[in-house]
Order: sequence, then C-alpha cells, then structure tokens
Amino acid sequence: MDFSLNEEQQMFRDMFRSFAQKEIAKAAEHTDKNEQVPPELLSKAAEQGMLGALVPDTLGGAALDPISYALLMEEIGRACLSTAAVIACHTSLATQAVLDFGSEEQKERWLPALASGDVMGAFAQSEPDAGSDTRTLTTRAQRTDSGYVLNGVKTWVMNAGIAGLFVVVASSTPRANGRGLSVFLVEKDTPGLKLGQRELTLGLRGASVHTVYLDNVHVPEANRLGAEGDGQTIAASVLDHFRLAMAAAGLGLGVAAVEAGVKFAAERVQFGGPIANKQAIQNYIADSSAQVEALRYLVYHTAWEAEHGGHLSSGALYAKLFAAQATRFVTDRMVQVHGGYGYIEDYPIARMYRNARALDLLGGTGEMMRVGIACNLFKSQQLEIAP
Amino acid sequence: MDFTFAPEYVALRKMLREFAEEEVRPLAKTIDREHRVPHETLKKGAKIGLLGVPFPTKYGGMGAGETGYCIMMEEIGRVCTSTATNIGAHIGIGAMAIYMDGTEAQKEKYLTPLASGEKIAAFALTEPNAGSDAAGIRTRAVREGDSYFLDGSKIYITNGPIADIVSVLAVTDSSLGARGGVTAFIVETAWEGFKVGTLENKMGIRGSSTSELIFDNLRVPQENILGQIGLGFVTFMKTLDLGRVSLGAACLGGAQAALEAAMQWAKARNQFGTYIAAKQSIQWMVADIACEIEALRSLVYRTAWMVDSHKPFSREAAMCKLYGSEVASRAINKALQIHGALGYSRDHPIERAWRDARIAEIFEGTNEIQRIVIASELFQEIGVRVRP
Repeated sequence: MDFSLNEEQQMFRDMFRSFAQKEIAKAAEHTDKNEQVPPELLSKAAEQGMLGALVPDTLGGAALDPISYALLMEEIGRACLSTAAVIACHTSLATQAVLDFGSEEQKERWLPALASGDVMGAFAQSEPDAGSDTRTLTTRAQRTDSGYVLNGVKTWVMNAGIAGLFVVVASSTPRANGRGLSVFLVEKDTPGLKLGQRELTLGLRGASVHTVYLDNVHVPEANRLGAEGDGQTIAASVLDHFRLAMAAAGLGLGVAAVEAGVKFAAERVQFGGPIANKQAIQNYIADSSAQVEALRYLVYHTAWEAEHGGHLSSGALYAKLFAAQATRFVTDRMVQVHGGYGYIEDYPIARMYRNARALDLLGGTGEMMRVGIACNLFKSQQLEIAP
Repeated sequence: MDFTFAPEYVALRKMLREFAEEEVRPLAKTIDREHRVPHETLKKGAKIGLLGVPFPTKYGGMGAGETGYCIMMEEIGRVCTSTATNIGAHIGIGAMAIYMDGTEAQKEKYLTPLASGEKIAAFALTEPNAGSDAAGIRTRAVREGDSYFLDGSKIYITNGPIADIVSVLAVTDSSLGARGGVTAFIVETAWEGFKVGTLENKMGIRGSSTSELIFDNLRVPQENILGQIGLGFVTFMKTLDLGRVSLGAACLGGAQAALEAAMQWAKARNQFGTYIAAKQSIQWMVADIACEIEALRSLVYRTAWMVDSHKPFSREAAMCKLYGSEVASRAINKALQIHGALGYSRDHPIERAWRDARIAEIFEGTNEIQRIVIASELFQEIGVRVRP
C-alpha cells in the first residue's frame, strides 16, 4: 500500500491549486450572481489544458491519469463547484464518450476541438418522464437513407447554453424496453435543435441548464457513437466517470467549507473568547473534517482503481453517494458555525451550502446510487435486483 | 387531558387557512424573487385582526393567546416563511416586548396601534459582536436630564426597514455588564437620529427585510424606558422565550406543507413502471418526516398551553425552536430529495422552502444557544451551574 502521490501528481496538484485559487476562486461569487462561468475564465482554463484533461496529447489534450484528473476536479471544486460541474460535464460526459466509444475519425474530428475548449460538450439523457429509468426514454432516432432523424425533448441538459456539441441518448429501436438506445453527436447548429427555457437552480448557478428540443434533427450515420444499441452501455459508462469527477469536486468543496469554518471560528468572539474554544463548535469541525478525509481517500482510491483497470462502476457509486452526504453535512455544519453570517450571501459558505445540495441529485440521485450498489452486492448471490 | 382544539380555535384555523391560501400563497414566489415585503398581505391581515392575535381585546387584539398565535404561525408558515417571519418579528418579539414589560400608558400608546397593524414593530438586540452574548453590546444610552441619547448600531434586524416602533437594547451602565447595565427602550423610527443602514442579501426569507439600524444621538424620553433600568436583558430574554414557541409553530407549518407536497409528487411521478410512492426509499422518507411532525405538533401546542396556563415554559420554548427548526430542515430536505432535480429548480416552491428553512436553526438564538438553555435548566435541577 502506498497512499502518497507521485512527483508528477504533486506537481500537477500544485499547478491546479495555484490556478484555481488565483483565477477560479476569485470569480466564484461573480459566477454565482451572474449565473454564468465567465467565458474568459473557461478560455484561461483551456489554455492550462484543463478542458482537455483526459484527451491524448497527440490530439491536443493533457492526457492526465485518473488520479491527477481527480486532483484537478478537487482543486476546481474547492474554488467553485459551478465551474467544476461545467468542466466535469464537458470532460467526463461529452469528451469521455468520444474518447472511449468514438471511431478514429470521430476522435480526430472532435477531440482537438473539445480539448482546446473551442467546442464545449453537453450530455442529453433525461426527459420529462425518464431520468434514471432509461426504459421510458421517448426520444426517437429513426433511420433514414443517410442516417437518422431525432425527435424528442431532453431536460436538465447541463452546459446546453454554451455547448457546441450535444451527446444525445435516443431510442433507435422502439419497444426494446431501453435496450435499443443509441448515442448521437449533434452539433449545436443542426437544424431542428432548439434550446428551451433556462432552468434557474438553487445552486450551481454558473452552470447553464436548459430543456433541449429535438424537432426532426437530421444526423448523419457518421455521427452515431458506437454501434446501434450501444447507448445503454455508453451512457452508463460516462455517467460513472461524471459521478467520480463530481465526487472529487465535492471533496474540494468539503475542504473549502471546513477551511472557512475553521477561519471563522478562530476569529469570531462570543462569551469572552473565540468560539473555537466551545466544544459544540469543535464537534462540528471535527466531525466535518473526518468526513472530508474519508471522502478524500474514497475518491483517490476509486480513481486509482480506474487507473489499474478495475471496475469503476461500484466505486463511482460509492464516491458520489458519500460525497453528496458528506458535503451536505459539512456545509450545513459550517453554516451553523457562521451563525447569522452563514445565511447572508456575502460569505461564501451560503453559496457552498446551496451548491452542495446538487450532489445528491445530479448524475443520478442518492437513491439511484444505493439501488446500483445493492444490485452489485446481490449479484454475488445470483440475485437480480430491479429498482 | 384533552387533546382537541376548542371550537373557537378550529374556526380561527379555518379562517387562517383561507387567508393563507388566498392572500399569502399567490405572492410567495414573487416576494422571494424580488426581495419584496408583502405590504398588501400585512394590510389585509391587519384588517381581519391577524396582527394582534395573541393580545387582549382591550389593546385591540384578538385575545386568542399563545395557542391562537401558534395556529396562525403554523398556517402562515405552511405557505410562506417570509410572511411568517414578518409577522413573527412584528408580533412575537417586537410588540411582545411591550406587552410583557410595558406600562399601561406604553401599552395604550404603542401596543394598540401595533395590534391593529396600523404600526409595524421590530426588535433590536443583535450587534456585530453581540447576539446571545449580551455582554458584547456596544450601543450606548447616555442620560441627560429626563432623556436618554442613543448611539450605536444593530444588525440583522427583521422588519428594520419597515418598522415604526422598535424595542432597542442599549448599555446604560458599562460598569455593570449584561446584568444590571443594559436597558430596553421603545424607539419610534420617525425620530431624529434614526437611520436604516445596509440591507442584507440573504439565502432565504428574502421577502422579509433584514437590515442594520443606526442610532445617531437619538433622543428617547425617559417614559420610553421599557421595563426597569438595568434589567433590559431580562425583558429581552423573556420576550425571546415566547417568540421561540411560535417559531416552532411556523416550522411545523413548513414541515407539514413539505410532507404534503412530497406525497403528491410521489403519487404523480412514474419511474420504473410505477409511481415512486411504491418505492421503499420514498416510503421511509415520508414515514420519518411524518413521525417528526407529529412529535413537533404535540410539543408546540403543549408548550402554548403552558404559556396560556401561566406555567414556566422557557425550557420547553427552547425545545420548540430547536426541535422545530431541525425537524423542518430535515423534512424539507427529504421532500426536496423526493422531488429529484425538479426540487432544485427555482420554479418549484420546495426550493424556496429549503432556503427559507435554514434560518430557523440560526436566528432568535442559534440552536447551540437553545441547547445551552435546555442543558443549564436541567443541570440547575441537580445544583450544577452551566455557563455558555
């Protein structure tokens, strides 16, 4: 066993931290208030190679190993969870899909543009009546002579407002009960693709979330990712990557929240001394810090497993579930340490508290993570569990 | 023992339910989005006597006591926490301080227009370095002849920007500290030297205005001393005790509304071939919320009964605030979870409820302070003195 980071990983972490603290943290309040990650911030992140984190260097990416990528998400999440979500969605959902399931031509065509940030990626799966239950997806991909025609409505599409490329999950074989899904790469300007209403959200306000309408959208066969019917596999795989990335970002959020609480408790004087002297405050901080440290090694361990070819699936479920619980607990307790100051938007802890709440919803709710974990566990007993 | 409500309380609740549904609910989203005080609601409520529910009829109140007041806070809390906060700060602490320790003349002059809603009240205790720790109060009241001159500022004052009458705590003898050295005053905001300072941008209860209040050499006549000189902290703490009961009631209303919304959604939302109400994860959440709500309901109305029966109630009041705020937060958090991503959207009332709920664990004495109140009363019974 060895829990240390190698030299390269340490160097990456320092670099990520320095950029995130200098550029991203500074913009975090603005990002939340204006409900947009500043485009110039994304350009700067792109210059640092952060938008092409997973792409091979031959295609213009940074080719990070999974642990270094987790460190990147941690440092961005520590500075601003909105920015982390935007980048994780671009990288772990859209880019990862092309990277893992694209043909050589598709990779060469899309990865350099995604890596440079010239094209931002989005992932469209949920629908009004279908979230984690992909069997009820109603977006249809109908075969034509030259490709497919897509029709349907996608909800909760993160990055929709800034994306140049949409990775769309649609049913190419109706009545196959969710097993006939395929994935298509749809460019923003394709006729028939329209953005609907922007969803205003409780937190993660820097991420642009929209409903997306697909109205007779013609997609050439060359834009189908993988084989027809591979949709289920592709979607499940990239969602696991996204879950791990968001768990890593949640780790960063937890670190930042504890830091803010410790600093406030040391400065705030009540009843004759800093409130850090009070055991109630010490309990909140100690319990929170223990959760953050447990999350840290769950995230790193899951990334390490990915690097060593193990199964990402269960680890990603554990990491996302625990990240949601830990960050909810930690940000809530740190609001309490701040007292009334925790409830006004002038202090970052109020924003962190709102942002943390998203982690139990996006990329599948905590309930779905538990169903997945239970499914995997019961498999050893040859028992198949349906949600 | 009798756990039923008397017919007049049943009638009061019916009237309040209608008022809340027709007058409060339609505005709730807008006042949150626009940070706007619902003046029209307060006016309409005043017209039917809502701003004087607990006070005796001789001061123009409804005479419904603490029980009636809790029923109102529960019903308003069901639909809009901002409006409940406006009303709570007005009645439960602002006017209540005058009712508790005011002279007959002060009650006639100030409580009567407050109970009728002609005037709005606020309660000014908190300062940058003083909240529950009154020893940190810096606002000074210096005596000159038959007047006092107030200098200083208060922060996080609910209703601060809209109040006509404010109960203010200030230091009258710095050598004596919190016990003996601070005095409560009734201040009219029309007086010279009063100014509303910075408005706070809060995570929730955004329809309730919260601000700094500034007193600049503000002259207060000595007949406006509230209670006894030097005993202002006692007046304020007694008032806060009472406010905590009705705060628990508002939390009860919020939790109940969240439960009902979550159940409706669990019935409407289909996933994996059935409504999600059929899933045990959802059933567990609903059952846990419902248990806590029933326990809270019993605690709140039993404490209201203690107040109306003139029994000591400060420990139970702290429990109402502590348990009420935590039950509401847990209930609303679970209800949001049942709604899934929809609950995270600012188009949905549960999102607002989630932001609104969080303040109840903090204001009117943080929950840590409530635990200290409860623990110190308990330890006192076996002769142990506990300090914060």
